[in-house]
Amino acid sequence: MLIIAQAVVLAEVLADAVLDQPSVSRLAAPLAAFGGILAARAVLAWCQQVLAHRAAASVKAGLRRSALAHIQRLGPAWLSGQHTGGVTTTLGRGLDALDPYFTGYFPQLFNAAVVPLAVLVFVATNDLASAVIICVTLPLIPVFGVLVGLQTKKATERQWKALERLGGHFLDLVAGLPTLRAFGRAKAQSAAVRRTAEEHRSATMGTLRIAFLSALVLELVATLSVALIAVPVGLRLLNGNLDLHTALVILLLAPEAYLPLRALGSQFHASTEGLAVAERVFTILDEPVRKSAPADAGPARDSLVPRSPMPVRALAGTGRRALPGDASVGEIRFEDVTVRYPGRDEAALDHVSLTIVPGEHVALVGPSGAGKSTLLGVLLGLVRPDSGRVVVETGSGPVDLSGADPEHWREHLAWVPQRPHLFARSVAANIRLGRPEASDDEVRRAARLARAESFIEQLPRRYDTELSERGTGLSAGQRQRIALARAYLRDAPLLLMDEPTAGLDAGSEAAVVEAARQLTAGRTVVVVAHRPAMIVEADRVLRLVKGRLVEHAGTDSHRPAEVV
Amino acid sequence: MPAGTARTNQPVRRLLGMIRGHVSRLALAVTASVLTELAALALMGTAAWLIARAAQQPSLAALSLAIVGVRGFAVSRGVFRYAERLASHDAALRALATMRGRVYDALVPLAPGGLPAFRSSDLLNRMVRDVEAVQDFVVRVLVPVATAAVVGVLTVGFGTVVLPAAGVVLAVGLLVAGVVVPALTLAVSRRAALRLGPARAELAARTVDVLRGNADLAVFGAGRQALADADRAAAELAAVERRAAWTTAATGALAMLVQAATTVGVTMLAAGAASDGSLAPVMVPVLTLVALISFEPVLPLVPAVRHLLESRDAVRRVLAVLDAPPPVAEPHAPLPAPSPAAVIEVRDLRVRYAADRDPALDGVDLRLEPGRRVAVVGASGSGKSTLLAALMRFAEPESGSILVDGADISRFGSDDVRALITGVTQDAHLFHTTVRENLRLASPSASDDDLRAALASAKLDSWVDSLPKGMDTVVGESGGQVSGGQGQRLALARALLADPPVLVLDEPTEGLDPETADELVADLLASTRGRTTLLVTHRLTGLNEVDEVIVLDSGRVAQRGTHAELVAVPGLYYDLWWASGLRLSEGVEP
Repeated sequence: MLIIAQAVVLAEVLADAVLDQPSVSRLAAPLAAFGGILAARAVLAWCQQVLAHRAAASVKAGLRRSALAHIQRLGPAWLSGQHTGGVTTTLGRGLDALDPYFTGYFPQLFNAAVVPLAVLVFVATNDLASAVIICVTLPLIPVFGVLVGLQTKKATERQWKALERLGGHFLDLVAGLPTLRAFGRAKAQSAAVRRTAEEHRSATMGTLRIAFLSALVLELVATLSVALIAVPVGLRLLNGNLDLHTALVILLLAPEAYLPLRALGSQFHASTEGLAVAERVFTILDEPVRKSAPADAGPARDSLVPRSPMPVRALAGTGRRALPGDASVGEIRFEDVTVRYPGRDEAALDHVSLTIVPGEHVALVGPSGAGKSTLLGVLLGLVRPDSGRVVVETGSGPVDLSGADPEHWREHLAWVPQRPHLFARSVAANIRLGRPEASDDEVRRAARLARAESFIEQLPRRYDTELSERGTGLSAGQRQRIALARAYLRDAPLLLMDEPTAGLDAGSEAAVVEAARQLTAGRTVVVVAHRPAMIVEADRVLRLVKGRLVEHAGTDSHRPAEVV
Repeated sequence: MPAGTARTNQPVRRLLGMIRGHVSRLALAVTASVLTELAALALMGTAAWLIARAAQQPSLAALSLAIVGVRGFAVSRGVFRYAERLASHDAALRALATMRGRVYDALVPLAPGGLPAFRSSDLLNRMVRDVEAVQDFVVRVLVPVATAAVVGVLTVGFGTVVLPAAGVVLAVGLLVAGVVVPALTLAVSRRAALRLGPARAELAARTVDVLRGNADLAVFGAGRQALADADRAAAELAAVERRAAWTTAATGALAMLVQAATTVGVTMLAAGAASDGSLAPVMVPVLTLVALISFEPVLPLVPAVRHLLESRDAVRRVLAVLDAPPPVAEPHAPLPAPSPAAVIEVRDLRVRYAADRDPALDGVDLRLEPGRRVAVVGASGSGKSTLLAALMRFAEPESGSILVDGADISRFGSDDVRALITGVTQDAHLFHTTVRENLRLASPSASDDDLRAALASAKLDSWVDSLPKGMDTVVGESGGQVSGGQGQRLALARALLADPPVLVLDEPTEGLDPETADELVADLLASTRGRTTLLVTHRLTGLNEVDEVIVLDSGRVAQRGTHAELVAVPGLYYDLWWASGLRLSEGVEP
């Protein structure tokens, strides 16, 4: 790309150089040549633009790819501290701001480096005097550019912050309109909007008057230089010291020597937004991955991860033992497990020991922040204990979870989160998430068991209905039942559920509870629950408070009087 | 020039209508821009004449005027360019100020229910950026197009005077480069947009999947697949972009070809005319250079098409906001403001946000007498906030009625209703200004003592005292000094300062830690004793103090009664109470 662009620019320069020689000749042939050269320039410009656009497209695709891959490695810990909508925009339309950089600034950079020099050399071979003038005045452009730039920068920098605030005032007022209306102040602010916009205008103009000065100075230097060349050329022509041909060449070429340097400034200006976006992407790429996580490790989501950033300690380490997909999962033992998040004094899980026997249904209760989700996270292989360990009995002996390959381990489990993510794909594809090879019949059966069949049948294209982003259009209860269908189809021996009925209305809750009841049959179940309906079914209710298991309640503890 | 295409576009025409008031400023900008281009033309023309004439070796006196001209044009071009940039930015910023004012006025009756943007900060940001697109339209479309038109006409006029045939060629060339090629660009860009749109949407969807579906993907072992899908979407978009590059780049080259052909044609004609004596030979290079340079204001019209398309899309979205019908109509002849002691009665209220959606609220009755305190509880989406919106005249009932002292609420001015019923609304906004100004919003005449009292009631006095600048501390968007809990308490203090006859509190403890929340609720209930209050909440702590609890489920009243009555029977409230006991002192999640 670099070399081609350079060649293109060089060719352009050569075209420049010859372009005008025959222009006053009264012959058709040189005119045709002149037209041909102009045409060649157009074609070369086309090629250059095509190449630049193509390069831009490839660079953007590459950046998108590596950023997403890196984000997946970073996992939910990092994501929980991010505004995902903003990241999506940055990786989408945001990166398009790089186009001007590749199609404008980048080629111009070569132009600026090559064209003035080539013009200078060419002029020097024709008329040394003019070349000397160019040689003397040309460096004035960057010199003045830097000098004036430094001066105006000082003057404008102080003002930009104030300008930003004035400019942001409108967004602030619009965002606060509901509040303004609540207190009857909305109409009173209408004048303020106009007044602030006016203040913003006059302040901006004040800044621009200085900022544009640098462009004015550069333009004046360039045009005066041209005049400086043209007038002596004319005078020498007058004295017969110079032939018209050379004079015209010089006249036409002189501005070309200054143009690229001046254009560079404005092209740079246009490409700064793209560079800022690229900067944001690089910040993402530079984010260190906390742990040598496998490609698929990390992810969790808000329901699993507390609001503040937390590291994902993926299951990793040396001597990773495969946990064969067909091995049966027996007893699961938490042995003195402690989890700490950086920046927090208290442990999220504090020396928790616990045994879950196969087929047991365990309900986890306790205040939020007590460690329920962290405990699930450990089981999901998304959170790694700082001390202690989780041991799983398998057909081939006990396996330490932190030494196991998380992907293999997860094959044994299904998960129903509090707010499942639905993908912008068909309903069937969403249900197939954990088992892509499942047949249509199996998908339907899972949906039926999850009480999702009735509403899916009413969708415009049933199972082939493409869900819009994040499943909007479906109610929370319907989304939850699709997640249950997902878990059914996964058909894993260990089922983990995180408040599957949180935020549902009574009707949806009843449907989800009933679907979940059937799903739990014959499996080992750990459910984080708030509502009685999810708890009464449990064999055992465990209460976590401040990261500790404080009490092992019996199955009949579903009456408030006994729990409170 | 592509003004022709612009005229056929409704949004652009309406935008032009809206910024009509700045026509003199725009004319100034265009004039400066035209003068810049003319100075450039004159500079090259005069310089060419000077050199050609000098070759004939006349006396120096014959050239002196031209020499002065060259220098003068050289300087004036730079000065005009500076003036043009200032004038066009000035016009653009004035147009922006006008648009902001209009959009704000249009938004007032729409907030918060009439526009989806109020529910999403992303959409709100985009709308504000869309309004700013008017600047781009002025600087990058309007002024260049007008300039190209004027300069084109003047150049053609000059050419015609010097050599009529050359004028015709120049006119054709400029028209092709300035109208035909941009129109072609428009068509090409539209076609490219048709293919780019779906590719972009697909990439965005796959990106969202990887970002938001992170955990689901990992646990179900589908992460690699999702990443591969996103890669494919990115590659597909790049492929579409690469294909589009051929045509988009071609239009720029096409304009240059037209420039070349025109210049060659003009030169040929001029050379021919000079050889048969009908044109002074010195005018040959003048015509050639004028023809070449006259394309300079025309060539930028090709990239201007992109800005036209972008600003048109933005303007279309802004116009949709301006045209959005307010969700609540104001009465033509409003009744006088209701008395502060008014009794409010809600009868069989149904509110529906869209015809194809279930009612957000259905069959709700409620009576608010002075001094009565009512709590509304229920899951998110159960209609709690909709009830408040209807009472505050932010949402229009579909059926049923809200009576204020027996008169239908719609007969009062909505601001009068909100003077009666207001308080902490959902997502109460903290403005980027001082604590004092944020509070005084609710009561512009409040004294510092009033402010302190309100801060104290919201348990915020010691925090404010601890700030170096006290009540003059700037908070809000980029204030960065306020935690979520403090912000919530500031909103509460503001509501208490407003001291409305009916105090509305929508989740006043959201974002507070459990201990503070319980404390705050206890204080609230103490300070609202004897005051008409409507409390919307997830937390049941302290509800034994209110006169009535209404449990909403899917927009309907599932249960109602006192706390004691409700916990005595099985049902939603019992479950919630049980759960809150289970969670002990925990912040309740949505």
